[in-house]
Amino acid sequence: MSMLQVNDLSIRFGGLRAVDGLSMTIEKGELYGLIGPNGAGKTTVFNLLTGVYAPTEGSIYLDGEDITGKNTVDINRAGIARTFQNIRLFGELSVLDNVKVGLHNAYPYSTLEGILRLPKYHRTEREMNERARKLLDVFGLLEFESLYAANLPYGAQRKLEIARAMATEPKLLLLDEPAAGMNPNETGELMDTIHFIRSEFDITILLIEHDMKLVSGICEKLTVLNFGQELASGATSDVLSNPEVIKAYLGE
Amino acid sequence: MKKMINNSVLAGLAPSTKNLLQTVSGLVAVYIIITIISATGGLSYSMSNLLAGLCIYSIVAVGLNLCVGFLGELSLGHAGFMSVGAFVSASITHALSASISSDGLRFLLALIVGTLAAALAGFLIGIPVLRLNGDYLAIVTLAFGEIIKGLLNVFYLGKDDAGLHFSFVTENASTLGDGGKMIINGAKGIMGTPHVTTFTIGMALLLICLVVVTFLVNSRTGRAIQAIRDNRIAAESVGINITHFKMVGFVISAGIAGVAGVLYAHYLSTITASKFDFNMSILILVFVVLGGLGNFRGSIVAAVVLTLLPEMLRGLSNYRMLIYSILLIVLMLFNWAPAVLEWRARIMPKLSVFGSRKKKEDA
Repeated sequence: MSMLQVNDLSIRFGGLRAVDGLSMTIEKGELYGLIGPNGAGKTTVFNLLTGVYAPTEGSIYLDGEDITGKNTVDINRAGIARTFQNIRLFGELSVLDNVKVGLHNAYPYSTLEGILRLPKYHRTEREMNERARKLLDVFGLLEFESLYAANLPYGAQRKLEIARAMATEPKLLLLDEPAAGMNPNETGELMDTIHFIRSEFDITILLIEHDMKLVSGICEKLTVLNFGQELASGATSDVLSNPEVIKAYLGE
Repeated sequence: MKKMINNSVLAGLAPSTKNLLQTVSGLVAVYIIITIISATGGLSYSMSNLLAGLCIYSIVAVGLNLCVGFLGELSLGHAGFMSVGAFVSASITHALSASISSDGLRFLLALIVGTLAAALAGFLIGIPVLRLNGDYLAIVTLAFGEIIKGLLNVFYLGKDDAGLHFSFVTENASTLGDGGKMIINGAKGIMGTPHVTTFTIGMALLLICLVVVTFLVNSRTGRAIQAIRDNRIAAESVGINITHFKMVGFVISAGIAGVAGVLYAHYLSTITASKFDFNMSILILVFVVLGGLGNFRGSIVAAVVLTLLPEMLRGLSNYRMLIYSILLIVLMLFNWAPAVLEWRARIMPKLSVFGSRKKKEDA
């Protein structure tokens, strides 16, 4: 069974068809890329997949489960986590607490148990700290754990967003332009990180990216979006040599 | 820029716990000193009377700080929640004056019910408003404060041998049966409530509220609340139920205002609805903003200083409000102006009782 199955997905904003009849199948463990010119509707696809918008038409299946039209919280619980194009961290929480917010649903205790500091509070917090530190270590952020997230260097903020998403233990991770604003060194490091988390966590990744070096370097399959419609899809090398893709996006 | 949150000397303790310990021990020290002074007769009558009032304002400021500083929602109606707590609890004290003879037990019951009533009011307001994004809560709580005030001004509650009677019509007030007694008397409010709130009770409840909110904000729920404040969309994307946690924070904040209201009703022998007006809500907000958003200790200091100031300036008669406003501006500069903050960071790091997490960029 495929990890993500998108059938004929469309959304209209008034007269604008931001996403128009998109179909896409991502197999378990794949590293899949979604590319296309600015305004093609890539982030809108992410917003549809994560329940920020409800699709006008079409259906979305995650690992066989119909998640069409569910809200963001339920979709996260079903197993999709994401990062954002413009970084959205909890700036006034510490780096460690940012990850612990990601662990919110996996390590529950009630508000009352928290206020009264019952044994379950202490036990759960200890487990959370352990798990969060392990994740921070994977992303090389452990040394920053007590900094405010807003005070992190840019590259580290991007990584922290991924760490926070991974804390929710998703089956499918959506990365929205993870390399935006990074220099070639940082991008190289990011590619290593993405490879590493895929093997370490046994996860499927869908990413939006403009950096062609990154896309051709790590994505196994691609879908190219143009004006909300699928222009091409398939294995990375085939898609990138497709004349229509070159004409619409890459430039001749 | 890279300011460490954790520069704790007391290793092993979370910074928040250490902070709480400092504040609590400071308050306990203040309590002991003042009790000694007052026992030796070193305190004027008006001043010793004011002490419980300081605790009451500190409590409501701490409660509002949870709402504004941590939840990131502006409430302009916390005086309204106070009045709910005050009127419900005073009504209970009066209604049960015959059935429960122990003042302490009656007060405890009044405290619990008054707090729950204010929390319930917060819950009812929260149902529609907390689903929305934006400053709707400020507008609705503002309206709530005014509506509660208007309703209580024409509300009559009486007790006779047949039970409790209430009415919104003035004339019905005189139709009570045998053994009849008015409890809430419209615009005249509630009169003759026993004076139970002492400095000791006020301080004890302040400490309890302080511990509750500090433990709350440093728990899973508190992290969720702050995550929503910092970035609502991201919080949702990691599976946090926005409405639920906003509600939890707001209801607790309203409940704490209710605690302050209960104390207030048993502090002054007469309370009227018009005391809990918009000015009072704004005054509480001033405590919170001046003390620092997200800084409970600052809220307490600001509440104490700004309640004491007008009293101390009483001797200046006509110039009182003039000087008060100038001092308010000075305090604001002291707490927020970047140049002053730099100076403070350099000269007196030990004295930064005020201060806010918000200003870390400047520090």
